[in-house]
Amino acid sequence: MSLPRPTPAEWQVILLTLRVAGLAVAGALPISIILAALLSSRLPLRFLFNAIVHLPMALPPVVTGWLLLILCGVEGPVGAPLFNHFHIRLAFTTAGAALACGVMVLPLMVRAIRQGFDATDPGLAQAARTLGAGSLDRFFSITLPLAGPGVLMAITAGFTASLGEFGAVITFAANIPGQTQTLPLAIYSALQVPGGEAMAARLAIFAIILALAGLIISERFATRLRPHR
Amino acid sequence: MLFVTVENVFRNFTVATSFQAPVPGITVLFGPSGAGKSTVLAAMAGLLKPNHLDIELNGEKLQRIPPHQRRIGMVFQDGRLFPHMTVKENLLYGLKRAAQVKIYVDETLALLGLENLLARRPATLSGGERQRVAIGRALLAQPRLLLMDEPLASLDTPRRAEIMPYLTRLRDTLRLPIVYVTHAYDEMQQLADHVVLMEAGRVLAAGPLADMAARVDLPLAARDDAAGVLNGYLHSHEPERRLSSIACGGQIILVPQQNIEPRMPVRLRIPAREVILALDAPREISVNNVVPATVCAIGRDEAAHAALVEIDIGGGILLARITLDAAERLRLRPGSRVLAFIKSVSVEVT
Repeated sequence: MSLPRPTPAEWQVILLTLRVAGLAVAGALPISIILAALLSSRLPLRFLFNAIVHLPMALPPVVTGWLLLILCGVEGPVGAPLFNHFHIRLAFTTAGAALACGVMVLPLMVRAIRQGFDATDPGLAQAARTLGAGSLDRFFSITLPLAGPGVLMAITAGFTASLGEFGAVITFAANIPGQTQTLPLAIYSALQVPGGEAMAARLAIFAIILALAGLIISERFATRLRPHR
Repeated sequence: MLFVTVENVFRNFTVATSFQAPVPGITVLFGPSGAGKSTVLAAMAGLLKPNHLDIELNGEKLQRIPPHQRRIGMVFQDGRLFPHMTVKENLLYGLKRAAQVKIYVDETLALLGLENLLARRPATLSGGERQRVAIGRALLAQPRLLLMDEPLASLDTPRRAEIMPYLTRLRDTLRLPIVYVTHAYDEMQQLADHVVLMEAGRVLAAGPLADMAARVDLPLAARDDAAGVLNGYLHSHEPERRLSSIACGGQIILVPQQNIEPRMPVRLRIPAREVILALDAPREISVNNVVPATVCAIGRDEAAHAALVEIDIGGGILLARITLDAAERLRLRPGSRVLAFIKSVSVEVT
């Protein structure tokens, strides 16, 4: 059985999906590192903070999308200043799709990075302290490099999950072909049209291939995390 | 001079210690596991925030300085080399963050024999090599005080023997105060200038090693492997007799020929069970050292039916472990004059 070759229209969908996922992870990465660092430290009210970060995992994706509309839509508390002062609109745009994916995969990425932090020996940071390194210095020279595998896992897991995000994207960014119609949305749309099963099947195969590739790469990084000296 | 006070109340254990240490020199905190020695070190290094901490080094108070600026180096039992860096990068880690350099890279590499290890990764090093790198790294961070927390405890006997000469060299060449924690008696005897004996979170006694080792009122002397310590220097060699003579105070002790230069400082360990006491000296006897001595004190180890006799040989204090019966037969009392027989082969020279 040979893999089907995508048509130009299908390529557009695939490339858009990859772009959205890439933007989502690029934006979520620095935030997840900071959040992971904060959650691994001895911050007061850590448990509350942890719950808020994990909210997108617990809420129905459509609700997350709706919350984004409320906050980042052109009339929302975040969206209004962005639109009025910088003429940036997030809702119903590619950037908005990326934002929706980013929010959805953030908890996943934070967890992966925290796993990276937890796998490192805290004694090493203590040793660094006796050698003259302050806390920020220790974070960048010891903790973060040693959490490298965790960061890589966060990137691949976040990327793979973004490829499949549906509810939040369609709610916040709508289903605009070429702009926000990622693979999952395209498959859904194809199934709404009579006779669109064949196209849905083709798109689904591409989605499966992308997901498999992402999972395999993610697993390779996960096994590197475990035996740590 | 270094003055240290550490007080901390744990859940079922209290540490309340206060001691002073000569600068420079190695002060060994000696005691059984759980005595609180590592707690004291952790508090000094700033890894633990105790209820009360006071560190004064050469008149300067250190406890208010944030830990990463305190410049109190620490060598851990498990080395704790950074696995994502080479040996060279590990060594330079503290140096890069130091304001002033007084301990240089070349001399540190030479002192610890690290020249050939620079490009290696910590995971590929042996235990002894790892600890030497850990010591080098701590030294290059330009500490004003070095702490060593049972650095040899995780090494097996051959590795320990391999690294000991480096530590004795450290003792002899560095002008740093070092506080060394161990529960190994022979490490203490080989390295300490000053001993602080700890038990159950408190200081039992403290003093120069040579004095502490032979005190019969301390648990040290009752040990089976108890030994007296003499500090001296190599006086001369007698190649025809294959002996060397060590001058300790006014006393000369003959030992099997040593491979060291005259006037080199030397430490002698004389196990208490190798010391014979007599009131009279036989003429034809194999023992090379027949030393007149005065009994200072006599301790008793009832369980072993042994007497621990503390004797002053003029150049130092030694310990003799004999049976209670023998002590009675010789009618030994504090002040008795005796002769101490010390076999040359029994003397450990470091």
